[in-house]
Amino acid sequence: MSGVLLKSIARRSGGLDHLIYVLRANPVTMFAFAMFALIILAAVFGPSLVPYDPLATNAANALQSPSLAHWFGTDSVGRDVFSRVIVATRLDLSISVAAVALSFVIGSVLGSVAGYWGGWLDAVLNRVLDTIMAFPLFVLAMGIVAALGNTIENIIYATAIINVPFYARLVRAEVNIRRNAGFAQAAKLSGNSDVRVLAMHIFPNALPPMMVQVSLNLGWAILNAAGLSFIGLGVRPPTAEWGIMVAEGANFIVSGEWWLAVFPGLTLMIAVFTFNLLGDGLRDIFDPRQRT
Amino acid sequence: MAIANTYPRLRAAVSRIAQSIPVVAGVVVISFLLTRALPGDPAAYFAGAAADEASIQEVRVALGLDKPLIQQFFIYVGDLLQGDLGQSLSSGQAVAADLAKRLPASLELTLTALIVSCGLAIPLGILAATQPGSWIDHLCRVVVTAGVSLPTFFTGILLIYVFYYLLGIAPSPLGRLDFIYIEPDRITGFYLIDAAVAGDWETWFGALKQLVLPAVTLALFTLAPIARMTRAAMLTALSADFIRTAKAAGLTNRKVLYGYAFRNALLPVVTTLGMVFSFALGANVLVEKVFAWPGIGSYAVEALVVSDYAAVQGFVLAMALLFVLLNLIIDLAYTAIDPRIGFSSK
Repeated sequence: MSGVLLKSIARRSGGLDHLIYVLRANPVTMFAFAMFALIILAAVFGPSLVPYDPLATNAANALQSPSLAHWFGTDSVGRDVFSRVIVATRLDLSISVAAVALSFVIGSVLGSVAGYWGGWLDAVLNRVLDTIMAFPLFVLAMGIVAALGNTIENIIYATAIINVPFYARLVRAEVNIRRNAGFAQAAKLSGNSDVRVLAMHIFPNALPPMMVQVSLNLGWAILNAAGLSFIGLGVRPPTAEWGIMVAEGANFIVSGEWWLAVFPGLTLMIAVFTFNLLGDGLRDIFDPRQRT
Repeated sequence: MAIANTYPRLRAAVSRIAQSIPVVAGVVVISFLLTRALPGDPAAYFAGAAADEASIQEVRVALGLDKPLIQQFFIYVGDLLQGDLGQSLSSGQAVAADLAKRLPASLELTLTALIVSCGLAIPLGILAATQPGSWIDHLCRVVVTAGVSLPTFFTGILLIYVFYYLLGIAPSPLGRLDFIYIEPDRITGFYLIDAAVAGDWETWFGALKQLVLPAVTLALFTLAPIARMTRAAMLTALSADFIRTAKAAGLTNRKVLYGYAFRNALLPVVTTLGMVFSFALGANVLVEKVFAWPGIGSYAVEALVVSDYAAVQGFVLAMALLFVLLNLIIDLAYTAIDPRIGFSSK
């Protein structure tokens, strides 16, 4: 008993050592983790920290360039761009986290079922996934939002649907190669039901690559949601959101008021960049073989 | 069968074309479901906001919405086979005609961007792989990570600010041709080709100037995945045994690099192109909106704003079919360049 305990501690600290080693060898990953913490902080506490009300208009103070009072300047109706950019973090992050969580759950269930039982279920699922992947994904998201109605929830559903194939395929492959593995058969023989073996013994093995996928996907989901609101889908104008702020600022860029579009755009870029770095870093930690 | 056995490439090509049939069927089913999934009464949506009860009923009968779903599906497929995608509310024209008129603008933009990005990304990836650790390798890594994080619409706006507003060297970002030029006669719909055929070089340069910024925006977006894949594939190929053998046999560096390593590395790169096309066609919509480019992407965006559903769904279907076609072409190119296919017959 104590031997098993010792071994598991040794393994865990081995994992920790590896983590520390990877972080030390790769300062970029450490930077990504720091940025990630900053984004989470902005999303959680941002609305109560910003200096101005993101929706308060002040016509006398319109189109001011960046200054000490307004770090990122003010927009065409005098709203503070800095406050709006920070407040928007929560909305943008919630949309992408909700979408990725949905595709994670749906993809896991579909992929596990198809990978474990195979047969016609597997064949049908593969056909459906192939069909989804046959669309340019952003265009499919546009079509789904147009069909379901122009709301934020539907942006989330559309982003979730176009991401499901990536998760389902990953889980299907991971489950499929383990469904007859020794430990799965042992669990089955000791009286566990199929569902229990699948959920408790086989599926957890798919989690490390799934985490990498989640992180890479979050950045892409933010880009996708911001792109949809840039073309006028989902988020409605007075709301602070990065995509729509860039769209509003685009009208002023040709007359030189650059700060309206550049700050929300840069923030969006940094957020996506952070998630991509994080994904690459996680991949180095979990799966050194896939490094490119 | 005898022919197929003698020409393995031909057999691979035919089976690949056959594989795309169920995909096309799936695409048609999904776009049918999208048109019928409208919350509430689709007839009311297709008739538009100004419609009264009688015209909604008219549309319902015209679209066959009073019939069972299966029958509606066959009517939909029948219409598609005749090239009928419905009527656009905003333009009053048939959606198919609108799309056909605007498609060349989108294709000219997307293809130019892809040629530019392949032309930059593939040499960059090769150089990075042959000189690991050098400055060009680091440049490649930066481009690859930054490139996938760039929101296309934001890059476009930045480029407009720098090259139009600050430097004043780019023309105003409004469409394919400044109003001082006369549109070339329509032969292919690609302004660069049409103007060149007509010998009107002034218009050709005018069209090129308008094309540069949007094409660069789109190219920057697609650069990253291609460069990343080229670098990884070249690294894998260069560490393979046959490269060591080729070097040991005394072949020149050039021959080893381009004749052996690059030809093998090209396969995964070509496969990635499929994914890149998916991104490019989506990003195309955003770039067209930023540069007021009169292609099918901005057509769909305008249609979305006024809830012109037939136009949006027609656009989604057209894009999907275009993407299936592009993937088919890519895979056919793949069978053509794969050095392993057809060895047995040589």
